[in-house]
Amino acid sequence: MTAHTAPAPAPAPTTKAARPEHLPPAARRARRRSIALGLLAWVAGIGFCLPAVWMLLTSLHSEADAATNPPSLAAPLTLAGYREFFGAGGGPSPWPSLINSLTASAFSTLLVLVLALPAAYALSIRRVRKWTDVMFFFLSTKMLPVVAGLLPIYLFAKNAGMLDNIWLLVLLYTSMNLPIAVWMMQSFLADVPVSIIEAAQVDGARLPTVLARVVAPVAAPGIAATALICFIFSWNELLFARVLTGVVAQTAPVYLTGFVTSQGLFLAQLCAASVVVSLPVLAAGYAAQDKLVQGLSLGAVK
Amino acid sequence: MSASVTTQPPSPTVRSNQTRQTKQRKGGVRAWATRAPLLPALVFLIAVTQLPFVATLVISLFDWNSLSPEERSFAGLSNYTSVFTDAELRDSVFTTVLLTASVVIATVVLGLGLALLLDRTFFGRGMVRTLLITPFLIVPVSAALLWKHALYNPEYGLLNGAWTWIAGLFGDDTPAQPDWISGMPLIAVEAALVWQWTPFMMLILLAGLQSRPADMMEAAHLDGASSWQSFRYLTLPHLRRYLELGVLLGSVYIVQNFDAVFTITSGGLGTANLPYTIYQTFYQAHEYGLASAAGVVVVIGTMIIATFALRVVSSLFREEANRA
Repeated sequence: MTAHTAPAPAPAPTTKAARPEHLPPAARRARRRSIALGLLAWVAGIGFCLPAVWMLLTSLHSEADAATNPPSLAAPLTLAGYREFFGAGGGPSPWPSLINSLTASAFSTLLVLVLALPAAYALSIRRVRKWTDVMFFFLSTKMLPVVAGLLPIYLFAKNAGMLDNIWLLVLLYTSMNLPIAVWMMQSFLADVPVSIIEAAQVDGARLPTVLARVVAPVAAPGIAATALICFIFSWNELLFARVLTGVVAQTAPVYLTGFVTSQGLFLAQLCAASVVVSLPVLAAGYAAQDKLVQGLSLGAVK
Repeated sequence: MSASVTTQPPSPTVRSNQTRQTKQRKGGVRAWATRAPLLPALVFLIAVTQLPFVATLVISLFDWNSLSPEERSFAGLSNYTSVFTDAELRDSVFTTVLLTASVVIATVVLGLGLALLLDRTFFGRGMVRTLLITPFLIVPVSAALLWKHALYNPEYGLLNGAWTWIAGLFGDDTPAQPDWISGMPLIAVEAALVWQWTPFMMLILLAGLQSRPADMMEAAHLDGASSWQSFRYLTLPHLRRYLELGVLLGSVYIVQNFDAVFTITSGGLGTANLPYTIYQTFYQAHEYGLASAAGVVVVIGTMIIATFALRVVSSLFREEANRA
């Protein structure tokens, strides 16, 4: 990953000079400066990634090697941390919480798409009146802090017997991601040519058919990016999960927060746990890099 | 809600207007047909986000501790007075402001520097970008645990480990081992948040830099502007709205931070921000009225920031709509 740090020469301002020694001194200075800035970018990139790499490295060490000062870079690698995390250590198995996280994230993502696709259609293709106002209403709900509604939701769940119930999280995560999804999909659907929708309607297709057969396939990449982002946010969520779930519906982030107290501190195992829980997000996030920012910046940055 | 559906016997005037009404009704039907796809999402959001907030508003006016539910009584605004006079709550208001402001400023400055570095062409730019994004993609709880245990731990954390190693190079085998979290708790939380949020700012500002018209920069170059001059007079004004967007969104997200405070310090040592304090006030102290009042205070604070955020988003949005 870090093997090549020599940046390629930046395009020289004068195209005629092929070799560096023929460059005028000013251009040579500019070139040196450009190489230095490229190197600086590499140093920054590696520096920012270092804690994450350290987490990975520690997770692959034995407990004894993980907890040394100064750090042991050359210690032998082992998967013991991962084996113990998955139950060989005698602690509570992480599988139920991983499955809960998967359930909550996948179902809420699905529900978000089902609700957001028609809404985005109404906001971009068959535009409702004052559509920008509606867009901004969606946005404003995203700006309402989670803690503002937490207590009533908790009381409701308690009275309705829905505490420690994964489906309640599905509903809450849906409301959390719906505004983002509507904003992102609005911009993706705006690129769908109206003519093919009209052609389908002339053939007698009704709205659900139009959405499923015409709009969704054309906007598929955008819809996939939206889904990935909703999945990431749901997977990451801690506050709702912490307050509203207990033993049965515990999600992976909640499991992680309880990890140290239930196990004592095993550093390698903790790092293995953190890597495992972060892995789906890392995979989804690398796949949706640009869209992730677009989602977080509420669609304002493309 | 169903009040408008009340049926009345048709009066003669209504009958005479029938043709106009059918026309209107047709228009109404069409309007509802366009609105219908929007409604499920709208109704769902109002039910799940707005109704609880209204309930929070109501609860905030009551003196209500769930441990003694029979003593629940209307308290007016006294919970709000408590939020600003109770030393602990007031401190957490102050901590929230300090934490948010310092993290946002640091991430914007770092993010701008990194975005400028990445706006140039150099070997492996895509790879560096990927490396830089990684902190942002670690699950927040994992990131907080990583900082707390693998980096800050005074006995075997990476920070002190590296410090020991460097001191060892200079012949000092037992250098002082600072305890980061108890020594500088707020800075410890802030550093972890800065690490996680800088990539986000970097990506927003990079998007801004790359939307800069190339011919404008070229013209400035030909006119002999120095790189500082073109940064100061062209790039910075162009970036202004992206900077605003980053600051405002960063504020909206970081004001709400719970994961890092909860995990790294459990709100101890003067790091309890409002979300954490509210969580504790109702979840552990069962002070429902007080927690709700604090929640409303967070909303008011966020609304002030959000109003500006919405304005920035809408100006970028309009620009985009005009371009299309």
